[in-house]
Amino acid sequence: MPGTPLPKMASRHRKSLALVAAAAAVPLVLAGCADNAKTPGSNASAGPIQVTSTKTECKVSTGSVPSGNLSFAVKNEGTEITEFYLLAEDGLRIVGEVENIGPGLTRNLVVTAPAGKYTTACKPGMQGDGIRSAFEVTDSGNKTAVDADFQKLADTGVQQYAAYVKDQTEQLVTGTKAFADAYAAGDTSKARELYAATRMHWERIEPVAESFGDLDPKLDAREADLEPGQEWTGWHRAEKDLFPPAGYTALTAAERAKIATQLVADTEELGKRTRTVELSADKLGNGAKELLDEVARGKVTGEEEIWSHTDLWDFQANVDGARIAFESLKPALTQKDAALAKSLDEKFSALQAELKKHATGDGFAYYNELSATEVQQLAALVDALGEPLSKLTSAVVL
Amino acid sequence: MSGCPFGGTSPEAPDGGTQADAVGSAPAAAPEPAVASDVGSPKRGLSRRGLLSLAGVGGAVAGLAAGYLSHDAVPAEAAPASTAGDVVPFYGERQAGIVTPAQDRLHMAAFDVTVEDRTAVIKLLKDWTAAAEAMTAARTTGRTGAVDGPYDAPPEDTGEAIDLAAGKLTLTFGFGPGLFEKDGKARFGLDGRRPDALIDLPRFPGDALQPERTGGDIVVQACADDPQVAVHAIRNLARIGFGKVRVRWSQLGFGRTSSTSRAQTTPRNLFGFKDGTANLKVEDGTLLDQHVWATAGSRSGEAWMAGGSYLVSRRIRMHIEIWDRTSLREQEGLIGRTKGAGAPLSGGEEFTAPDFGLKGRDGGPLIAVDSHVRLAHASQNDGVKMLRRGYNYTDGSDGLGHLDAGLFFIAFVKDPRTHYVPMQMAMAKSDKLALEYLKHTGSGLFAVPPGIKPGGFIGEGLFA
Repeated sequence: MPGTPLPKMASRHRKSLALVAAAAAVPLVLAGCADNAKTPGSNASAGPIQVTSTKTECKVSTGSVPSGNLSFAVKNEGTEITEFYLLAEDGLRIVGEVENIGPGLTRNLVVTAPAGKYTTACKPGMQGDGIRSAFEVTDSGNKTAVDADFQKLADTGVQQYAAYVKDQTEQLVTGTKAFADAYAAGDTSKARELYAATRMHWERIEPVAESFGDLDPKLDAREADLEPGQEWTGWHRAEKDLFPPAGYTALTAAERAKIATQLVADTEELGKRTRTVELSADKLGNGAKELLDEVARGKVTGEEEIWSHTDLWDFQANVDGARIAFESLKPALTQKDAALAKSLDEKFSALQAELKKHATGDGFAYYNELSATEVQQLAALVDALGEPLSKLTSAVVL
Repeated sequence: MSGCPFGGTSPEAPDGGTQADAVGSAPAAAPEPAVASDVGSPKRGLSRRGLLSLAGVGGAVAGLAAGYLSHDAVPAEAAPASTAGDVVPFYGERQAGIVTPAQDRLHMAAFDVTVEDRTAVIKLLKDWTAAAEAMTAARTTGRTGAVDGPYDAPPEDTGEAIDLAAGKLTLTFGFGPGLFEKDGKARFGLDGRRPDALIDLPRFPGDALQPERTGGDIVVQACADDPQVAVHAIRNLARIGFGKVRVRWSQLGFGRTSSTSRAQTTPRNLFGFKDGTANLKVEDGTLLDQHVWATAGSRSGEAWMAGGSYLVSRRIRMHIEIWDRTSLREQEGLIGRTKGAGAPLSGGEEFTAPDFGLKGRDGGPLIAVDSHVRLAHASQNDGVKMLRRGYNYTDGSDGLGHLDAGLFFIAFVKDPRTHYVPMQMAMAKSDKLALEYLKHTGSGLFAVPPGIKPGGFIGEGLFA
């Protein structure tokens, strides 16, 4: 707002916009040059809706707001853990919730809510139906472009991804048996050939596999990750034996057999457990983000496959897993944020095109064959994708 | 374009800084008589303030004489007001820079001793003592300082701290295992003098230590509110040491990540979280004896460490780019505190004690079992506490488009075997934060001897 004299900020500390607005009722313009003073939703005055939860009360600062993105700042002024729910008119369907708010803490809930009647509820002590009030969202004219099918689209996406995880797990179990047989039998060239291709099934579902904290280190620990006294088993133990560094003493046949047997047993256990994993839209979104993290942290640097240098197989598999999670959510995401969906499509394509440059036959170039420039190019595309991908979860579950 | 004026101040608003901003940045209007704490004399070196007024008196003789002038005889001119408040006394029962309220900036350097001559090492430590005492009192090093030596000789002091105040500079010295032994053989006649607590740190899971950032025979921690003062100190010590020691690694740090006094607010690390809320504070007298100050040990050969401490340094790279893509829910869950106030997730305010037993909706504790706060907390580590004194760092980039940034962790402990290793082992094993977002790239452990009395020198007890 050129030419408008602004009041002086009293404090030179950076405070969140919400705090400034709440504390001093300073005009929002003060948020300044950072972002044209965009406000959440169309609620151009008050910042978040203040909710105060005590043992006996659930105070909501307003009972009626215009539709759009609603932001609740829920402060627990009681002595027990509390929760806050925004429920649909039936008082059953949960539109949004925040749990586990410790005494004295404030937590924000941001939801997209079309015009209609709602119910707010605090649950001090996490018990019962909670302390409820009627809450109304009026039509602001800003259409929240979410139709009733949204939930169905999201649910379908989650089911699709669950099927993908099941399929990859089955292929992993089958492939691991073939690899283990070759390895235990001392057929080094066959085991080497199967190593990277089989691991791809693991890498595609890595966030799910890693959620089993006891199995992950047994199956996928690198030598650098080991604790003192920890027995080293799993894929990377075999890797070092199959792609030995200079001066390495090979395992005996008995030792190989032991590694192979355990690899199969642990993988079968993993397969059993994935059948009961409960997936949800936020898990898909976070899983996709974690797969890109894995690439940025371990694959781009060549630390994952330090002896075999088959990092690009893992890299491709992580990207596959992230892309499938994204595509499962894409119909739902398109309703909420079409621009983000389009951007993610483009970024996945760009990264895939770059990976393809390093494909050979049915595999990839070894990572130590890539030039520094090529590695940098991959890293840049991973970051370019990772940043918008990190917004997927909130875009879908908001 | 919002048409917002720069800085968001209105055209009508008065321009420029506040009164407070002028301190230390603009020349004082009127020359003030110098004030400095007078410790130990006679002193070498010239006051850095008013140095320029001496220049032009001419010749080395004036310079030499001036070295012995008291501060008050040197008129200050166009210099920042250096007050006793920004000089931390160098001499004392303990070395400064441990419980001294943490300054804003760090420059730490570890040196390898390149000679095998005991006399040379003692001489170096004496020269370092003199230079350190001078610099912490805002004087130049050497007899002739930065500009008052012979015209055909390089100046003794490197000069970049001319006009700068003391900036609360502290210089803290420690000895690494390599000073005592090399290739299994004792050095400098220090057979049997290596304290039992000065262990070789074990390998922790996930360690990615780089040899060029790890170890060292002698460490010097320079802390000051002005980075130029800290760098000047390390640079001049390194210069004095040429031919006897060489810099093995050095580290700049900013934005102290710990408060060591209740008078200081808790600063934030590069994850954006308050760091060091539960830190030991200078006010915790008896706790310092329990957790920070070393004892005489069990053998006569280690008695020289009584009243000293052990310095653990770890260069911890943070994967900040990945962290920044992590939801607030997960960030707070991993740390175990809220990002804004720094309150434990079990509730309350920043300094409320965490309640590790409090269970949430899913039956799991509000402060997760693999959260950073829980794993580092004294209650999970046999009541052990540390005095942390770390700094943030950024050292350029990694060549893959990411900042090489993180935490330069520094802790002073009574005994690393009980006060550091078990906690770090637990963290490296189960701290989800450490597993996903941190990487230890440098490491050091040093025996920090007790303080120095006027006329004494650093490590005197060790070489006695």
